[in-house]
Amino acid sequence: MSVQLNINNKDYVVEVAPMKRLLDVLREDIGLTGTKEGCGEGECGACSVFIDGSVVNSCLVPVCQTNGSKITTVEGLSNNELSKLQQAFIDCNAAQCGICIPGMLIAAQALLDLNPNPSRGEIREAIAGNLCRCTGYMKIVDAIEIAATANKG
Amino acid sequence: MNTVYSVKELNEAYKILSQESVKVIAGGTDLMVFYSSGLSLPKKILDIWQLNELRNINEEGDYLKIGSLCTYTQLINDERVKHFAPCLVSASKTIGAVQIQNRGTLGGNIVNGSPAGDSLPVLAAFDVKLEIGSLNGIRQVPFNSFYTGYRQTVLAENELLLGILLPKQKDREKSEFYKVGTRAAQAISKVVIAFRAIVNAEKKIEFIAIGLGSVAPTVIRATKTETLLNGAEITFDLIEQARVQLSQEIVPIDDIRSTEHYRRVVTGNLIAKFLRVF
Amino acid sequence: MAVGKSITRTEGRDKVTGKAKYIDDYTCPDMWYGKTLRSEIAHGRIISINFSDSFDWSQVVVVDYKDIPVKNLVALIFDDQPLLAESVVKHVGEPIILIAAPSKELAERAIKNIEITYEAFPAALSIEESLSVKAKIFGDDNIFKHYTITRGSVADAFQSAEIVVEGSYFVGHQEQLYIETNGVIATTKKDGSIIIQGSMQCPYYIHRAIKEIFGLSDEQVVVIQTVTGGGFGGKEDFPSVVAGHAALLSRKCGHPVKIVYERGEDFAASTKRHPALIKHRTGLTRDGQLLATEVDITFDGGAYCTLSPVVLSRGVIHAIGPYKCPNVKINGSVVATNTPPNGAFRGFGVPQACFAGEMHMEKIAKTLGISSVELRRKNMLREGDITSTGQKLLYSVGTQEVLDTVIERSDYLSRVEEYKNPSDNKCRGIGLSFFYHGGGFTGSGEEKIKGKAAVELDTHGQVKILTASTEIGQGTKTIFRQIVAEELGISLDSVIFGDTDTSKVPDSGPTVASRTCMVVGKVIQMAAANLKNEIKKLVAQKVNCDISQVEIANGQISCPDVEKLSFTQTAIECVKEHGEIKTMAQYSSPPGIKWDEINYTGDAYPVFSYGADVVEVEVDMDTYEVKITKVITASDIGKAINPAMAEGQIEGGMVQALGYGLCEEVVWRDGKILNNRFTNYIIPTALDIPEMETILVEKPYPYGPYGAKGLGELPMDGGAPALVAAIANATGAFITEIPATPERILAALEAK
Repeated sequence: MSVQLNINNKDYVVEVAPMKRLLDVLREDIGLTGTKEGCGEGECGACSVFIDGSVVNSCLVPVCQTNGSKITTVEGLSNNELSKLQQAFIDCNAAQCGICIPGMLIAAQALLDLNPNPSRGEIREAIAGNLCRCTGYMKIVDAIEIAATANKG
Repeated sequence: MNTVYSVKELNEAYKILSQESVKVIAGGTDLMVFYSSGLSLPKKILDIWQLNELRNINEEGDYLKIGSLCTYTQLINDERVKHFAPCLVSASKTIGAVQIQNRGTLGGNIVNGSPAGDSLPVLAAFDVKLEIGSLNGIRQVPFNSFYTGYRQTVLAENELLLGILLPKQKDREKSEFYKVGTRAAQAISKVVIAFRAIVNAEKKIEFIAIGLGSVAPTVIRATKTETLLNGAEITFDLIEQARVQLSQEIVPIDDIRSTEHYRRVVTGNLIAKFLRVF
Repeated sequence: MAVGKSITRTEGRDKVTGKAKYIDDYTCPDMWYGKTLRSEIAHGRIISINFSDSFDWSQVVVVDYKDIPVKNLVALIFDDQPLLAESVVKHVGEPIILIAAPSKELAERAIKNIEITYEAFPAALSIEESLSVKAKIFGDDNIFKHYTITRGSVADAFQSAEIVVEGSYFVGHQEQLYIETNGVIATTKKDGSIIIQGSMQCPYYIHRAIKEIFGLSDEQVVVIQTVTGGGFGGKEDFPSVVAGHAALLSRKCGHPVKIVYERGEDFAASTKRHPALIKHRTGLTRDGQLLATEVDITFDGGAYCTLSPVVLSRGVIHAIGPYKCPNVKINGSVVATNTPPNGAFRGFGVPQACFAGEMHMEKIAKTLGISSVELRRKNMLREGDITSTGQKLLYSVGTQEVLDTVIERSDYLSRVEEYKNPSDNKCRGIGLSFFYHGGGFTGSGEEKIKGKAAVELDTHGQVKILTASTEIGQGTKTIFRQIVAEELGISLDSVIFGDTDTSKVPDSGPTVASRTCMVVGKVIQMAAANLKNEIKKLVAQKVNCDISQVEIANGQISCPDVEKLSFTQTAIECVKEHGEIKTMAQYSSPPGIKWDEINYTGDAYPVFSYGADVVEVEVDMDTYEVKITKVITASDIGKAINPAMAEGQIEGGMVQALGYGLCEEVVWRDGKILNNRFTNYIIPTALDIPEMETILVEKPYPYGPYGAKGLGELPMDGGAPALVAAIANATGAFITEIPATPERILAALEAK
């Protein structure tokens, strides 16, 4: 089927199988490989993207359900300049191997969109759907907290 | 290649359901897992994600009417659900994490029928009614007669779950939702329980309802334990009797998440915990 | 100063923008996809392989063991593991047939159209079944390797002991669970040479494996690491298998072939941490002085040897922990079972040994009725003391500092008493562990490897680091740049990290064993010092002064009577005149190191790192669920080249260790893993882990770069026993088998 998508503020029309996962469409048909697959069953959150402003696991969404939707991936979080959140992740050394980071950033951004001033507990809750095996989450929580503070200032 | 019917009107959905053998997809959080578990997706799929009329939450007299496409996030944030069914909010918060809560639906949890479905003990304890539609009209089915066996329901091939009618929690009523899972978030339950009770000032139980998941092939009501407790006064002895009764009444198994023994003991402990607070 | 600063990650920008390219992000137009058909049974003979007539086999390429040109083996320690099974299969998941097809879907369909029938043999699925030789898997007794450590006379010492304490401990499998699954792309060139790109820790392991399989020369095999999404040991040896398979397919179909495992396949087929049964018998004086220790260790190696002897060796050496005991006897075996081969996982035998050893210390303290802190203080190794292998610790012994630090910071001594009397259904508890970890390869390992690294001055006046040590998230690229910048006295911007490509970089040895910073970092420092000398020499010639008069600092070169020169500008000119300047260095052991491989005595490691952990928990006595409420760690790592990254390593390792102790369990039935998915193999989420306090202790190691010693594995060692000790403090339930699931806690409480 033909699917219209607005991805990171750019319009696309793709000809794809209706049940193809949004994750695969992004990676294979659009060529945006920043969104990662960690498990393929909605457990690890590495494939997190925004669909019409809400964060979802793109491995669990058939593309037919996104026709006409606005999608934001990690590549859409910044243009030339990094977002405050991305910069905070760099400054806090929040990324290690980095494979969970694109999804982690999307989940963190989703939190900050709803709650610009989260507690560390709320941050942990917001990223509980994003598994990281490297960091122990401490520096990720630090980074999100700092990004929130930067937003206020 | 799969055939997908994406519908925007209920009638279209009914028509397809009456003509074709289709699998219904809502938020996809259960169905799409088929991809990674090596199973193939069903050949014909009915996509109801755009049936916005199934996303409403309304008060109807003593009932809260919740559309089957309401996501967990919607339930978590809805003031009426928070007030009249706080347990359903608690349950919704334990399902997956935000990514799943944004996509997974109450109707999906019901129709998928996993005995570990986290919202189901709440629905059982609240004796909700299910509204089911088809070309033949709308019928109501009590939730507690919806399941006929492990992942088996009375839903006919041509029918669609439209929503639930949930009796509003009364002012004097206390309810609790307990989920014992494998970790603090993103967990599948080992034991999941919803309790409702009205207990008077003399500690007499005027009413109690107990819904349980993950301890039998389907979600269940603990009718024997309820009978034991209804009308009784809460004493240390009664609590101990209830602990024994409830842990015997359930039929849990050993599986990859837990053991039969653990499930029996913990279920017993949790009724004791619930009763202790009165 | 570049060293000691928390500078940001070299590849950080790529990792937060999605630009970092992992193996599955690469594609090329003529690329095919590889899939693997695996054994469904734990042990047996292949009777027939039937290719369905209903599938058009001309669309795909099929590979079996007969397609292997030279050696059907995964080259490692023993040559016992075939790359593809021939007639006998020894574990579920053993690869038998490979398929390549122009699309993933087609390759999958092809796999579904092959049917294998087996004659099943009896299978040995546990340590007990292996030892009773329920099935013959390796030799006559199923023992891959045995080690003994003897010191003093245990028999005599037990005679004089006032107290003898015995204990038996068991740990199960643990999966590395890197979030990026294994994957490679293999390309066979017309001349038969092979290029492997992929996710890996050790490019030269793959290099060697491919050479052996195909009979190729060094130059005919090129291995290139792509950005790697975690390894933790899981990508030490296993990628050789994936690369071998992809290369076979590519050679046969003539296309580049990509194999990227699905999660379930990666989980089921790849290596895990060795399960272990460890028994302790300890003789002491009544006031807690260690007199004699006897330890019996059995590791489950799985169906093939892989790295098991080396894992066992480390487990045996670390068996009694950082304590002095004059009489020691340690027996260690690793045995074969019909389960997928176990291999490297962060800690490499030590987490198993440490769990048993530290739980046993708790048991001793309880038996003697003394504080477990006092017991540890009384027996801890200090500078000048001698370890179980007879190694005298001459320097960099931070035992007292790490232990004192966590005890103070956690207020352990008062908490441990306070928590003994719970008031309600939430019981609180505090637990302690104390441990060490040898840095670099065991014994003469580093001497045999003689890791090499180089630095090169390029035409832009930049210094490029050339090493086979890989960046897998732990910060190699960043800390090596810091070391080189520091040594040369130039800015970090002037130092770049070269491609990890075997055709461009020397063999620095594998990225394992906590050796990257301590061992290869030192080699890098030496290479940088050599380069500095070369530059000084050229400058001295140019300005006509003595080399000793040339100084390089802050990115500037100064020599007498000349205006300060910019390093970069000077470097560009030097390269213009003399061509690229490359200096190499090679590892050499610190002086005086002696190791007796036969008797297992001597200096087991150049140096040890030391750690102590305190964990607090709250146990819900209705559900037996454990909530970790506090974690404090102190780690003596010699010197933190990059403190923030060091903390990140410790925090991450600690969470893996807590997962090991709390919830990570592989569930088996008939040799098959039942929970090979993220849904049911449970690792901690951000909500399962509390805020952690991470304290760095720096007791410099004179032969490490700026005093640095091993770090990567240390934080994996002590988390589980500290957690389980906390559970014991909270509930009185003494758990001897991890993970300490609510089910096990309930069982232990019922057994009380």
